[in-house]
Amino acid sequence: MNAHPYIPNSVPEVKREMLAAIGARSVEDFYADVPGRIRLDRPLDLPPPLRSEAELVRHVGGLLRRNTSAEEALSFLGAGCYHHHVPAVVEEVVNRSEFLTAYAGEPYEDHGRFQALWEYQSLMGELLEMDVVSVPVYDGHQAAATALRMAGRITGRRRLLLVTAVAPDKLSKIKDYVRPDHDVVVVPVDPATGLADPAAVRAELAAGDVAAVFAEAPSASGILDPALPSLAEMAHEAGGLYVVGCNPISLGAVTPPAGYGADIVCGDVQPLGLPMSYGGMNGGFIATRDEELYVGEFPSRLFGLAPTSVEGEYGFGDVAYERTSFAVREQGKEWVGTAAALNGIAAGVYLALMGPQGMREVAETILANTRYALDRLAGVPGVETPYADAPHFADFTLRFTGPQTSAEIGEALLEHGIFGGRVLSETDALYCVTEIHTKDDIDRLAETLQEIAK
Amino acid sequence: MKTGPTPSPLTPADARIGPKPPLRRFHQARWDEPLLFELGSPGERGVLPPLPQVPADVVLPDGLRRTSPPALPELSQPQVLRHYLRLSQENLGADFNVDVGQGTCTMKYSPKVNDRFVRDPKVAALHPLQDERTVQGVLEIMYRLEGLLREISGMDRFSLQPGAGSAAIYTNVAMIRAYFAARGEAETRDEVITTIFSHPSNAACARTAGFKVITLYPDADGYPDIEALRRAVGPRTAALLITNPEDTGLFNPRIEEFVRIVHEAGGLCAYDQANANGILGITRARDTGFDLCHFNLHKTFSTPHACGGPAAGACGVSAELAPYLPTPTVEFDGTRYRLDDDRPESVGKIRPFYGVVPNLVRAYAWIMSMGGAGLREAAEVAVLNNNYLMAKVLQIRGASVPYAPGRPRVEQVRYSWERLAEETGVHSEDIGVRAADFGTHYWTSHHPYIVPEPMTLEPTESYSRAELDEYAAILAEVAREAYEDPETVRTAPHRSTVHRAREDVLDDPATWAVTWRAYRRKILGE
Repeated sequence: MNAHPYIPNSVPEVKREMLAAIGARSVEDFYADVPGRIRLDRPLDLPPPLRSEAELVRHVGGLLRRNTSAEEALSFLGAGCYHHHVPAVVEEVVNRSEFLTAYAGEPYEDHGRFQALWEYQSLMGELLEMDVVSVPVYDGHQAAATALRMAGRITGRRRLLLVTAVAPDKLSKIKDYVRPDHDVVVVPVDPATGLADPAAVRAELAAGDVAAVFAEAPSASGILDPALPSLAEMAHEAGGLYVVGCNPISLGAVTPPAGYGADIVCGDVQPLGLPMSYGGMNGGFIATRDEELYVGEFPSRLFGLAPTSVEGEYGFGDVAYERTSFAVREQGKEWVGTAAALNGIAAGVYLALMGPQGMREVAETILANTRYALDRLAGVPGVETPYADAPHFADFTLRFTGPQTSAEIGEALLEHGIFGGRVLSETDALYCVTEIHTKDDIDRLAETLQEIAK
Repeated sequence: MKTGPTPSPLTPADARIGPKPPLRRFHQARWDEPLLFELGSPGERGVLPPLPQVPADVVLPDGLRRTSPPALPELSQPQVLRHYLRLSQENLGADFNVDVGQGTCTMKYSPKVNDRFVRDPKVAALHPLQDERTVQGVLEIMYRLEGLLREISGMDRFSLQPGAGSAAIYTNVAMIRAYFAARGEAETRDEVITTIFSHPSNAACARTAGFKVITLYPDADGYPDIEALRRAVGPRTAALLITNPEDTGLFNPRIEEFVRIVHEAGGLCAYDQANANGILGITRARDTGFDLCHFNLHKTFSTPHACGGPAAGACGVSAELAPYLPTPTVEFDGTRYRLDDDRPESVGKIRPFYGVVPNLVRAYAWIMSMGGAGLREAAEVAVLNNNYLMAKVLQIRGASVPYAPGRPRVEQVRYSWERLAEETGVHSEDIGVRAADFGTHYWTSHHPYIVPEPMTLEPTESYSRAELDEYAAILAEVAREAYEDPETVRTAPHRSTVHRAREDVLDDPATWAVTWRAYRRKILGE
């Protein structure tokens, strides 16, 4: 075949020269250990290659044009993936080849990656008010599942109590992941209020053997539960840990979980400067106090700051590497591999740009937009806001009381160029606003629902 | 403006530029960049978010209103940009160097055009819960990618959900667990067999999922020991997790027998295809009898490695195991693509939503730009490059390739500097640090070091003959130094951004500092 543009040595003459240099007759010599019985005796049956870059652009671009993006519509979708503004500087930094194409270099050629990730840990540490933050794990689901296993290893106990609304997808991940060592007990929230049920939590704690009480702030329903601080006391009184999942972009206005007693905090950095990308851009964070017992239970890499032989020079490296599976295989804590480092760098750039004031403002705007949306939509005939008494952040539940189901309402909204919320049941759906929504956007949703929901 | 004495009259010879030296006079960027926390001034702003146009000052319950702002640095936008761009220059991406020194992790060229697709709002601004009618393009790409991977592996179905290679290994283990649970054998089949030359995550994921791990060591020729396998299998065997070729670069010629032995004991076989790059179009997982396999899309199918992620994994299974795939799968009814969540036997969700979609788009585009013949060409050139580099390295004093002398290697080679270390006191780690002075990356290998003083090189198809010559010349130069001037190697790096860090500081709970706030508290005493 012709030389392929991605393959320098595909020129036949070069190949001949290289074979001659090795003393081989053909590349077949190198496959001598692959038995004939398992050799593919035909070419792979794949579509003919798109020979030129122009054809590739036309083909992939043609497929992508069949999508309607959330920028072309007015979207009220959240439920674990959030449409925030991504500052241009974040994109500029993470699209640099030096970061985008680097992998696992040592500090001596990849100093920049180590510093950027250590700074990510440090910026998150300030946001979370915790001294230890890991290099990103895959996503917030993984972070929650691992945080709970860490709590299990620290306490030596079996039961995990999930006490606020947890998204079904996340619950599925947690249950699968902790299965060998833990029993997951979902303590249902009060159906009337959407809030944690302290009496039910107390009853489960009294049954003993509780490794952790897990709460989400905000919950899967978007609720910032007023019981979040008292749940910490309950967990600690029962000898368990308090593990809290939080949305980091809320923390400019909302108390970080460490401030009300959380021992391990986790979540997803997607809201901090990562595009939605059809749900594909995540990074999980796990944070704890700086205690040997806690640090020893992290499976993921932790970068640390250390002096070098030169005054004023910052050196970086792995903290307590021997806890990882890289060092000791199955004797390590869970496992570590390629995860989501660049998404951590993106989150770091985001936090550096926003600073304390930016983080406060964006969180306040989202809180205000969420409250306005709840108040405005509650006034629409056929629409109820069942948990509106509770404070909400970004996500909120709407209940449709007219003849149409929540799915049918979504269908009708789509005809108006609006992406409605995630369908939860026949009557309920989870809607979401962020800082990118204007008052007009929310009013337009209300006016459109007024037309179609009665 | 020119200054100094008037020069003598020029001749063309004065304008002649001499030849390059044999080795690059590289120096890594050294900006001596402060920490972000040392930059900026109170009040500076980097980006302004929208202010609310609706009533603000929302009341939060007691204890939930943040009382003091996070102690983030305060920086203007150009300062943030300059800081991070300086850090980027202090980082050696694969686009900049002969990046063959991270063996077992096949990073290849990541075509720039594919990055364009994923920055487009038609990917970047899609919400995963949009109505399926508004995402037919991306669903079609995922569906088509699954079809391509099915043909490449021979497997019947794929999940594209895992976030990376190790997440895919875990997913396969979770499916194996679900399979035996469905057959009532969850309690009895509690052992997983793997090999010491497979990625550590094979052992670690199996352990995390609750299995006991049995590790096979190599026989005298370096192939996994088949007698040890025979001793290990039995009614407790759930699965074999194995890489082939292994990280030594040796393809196990008795792989079918391995699969047969495990199947006869009632176990499943999962093929870790992290090293698939050298066998694309040559041999397929299903044709060898494997029940499950996984690909690292970022390695074999060219998506960028991004400082260690986001990557993407893909799990392939036989029809018998398809019911256990993570939910949802992408289906096509002849008219419309849709997500199928109705999978009662599924292991459930492995990560949020559907996978690292930008990398799925890139992998699809890469395969479409290669075709079947192109994939085979990539494999063959990768293997040619590997054996060419091996011939060059074997000429270097102190280097050797353990096991099966004279046998070819497939995708990579695990070398040993044992002789050099014995003769000079210079270790493999030192050679790697010194190699950085010449503008290349080199990593030793995974632990434990079964091969003493290891070095694992994996050239892939992305480097030219001249670049492979350059890499070998760098190793030869460092080896020469080890014999003639070992102090230079032992005290490296000399042309790096930084010098060697105090590693003992990082292992001591009294001194390790994972964040700035910890450093200030513990080290500065603030």
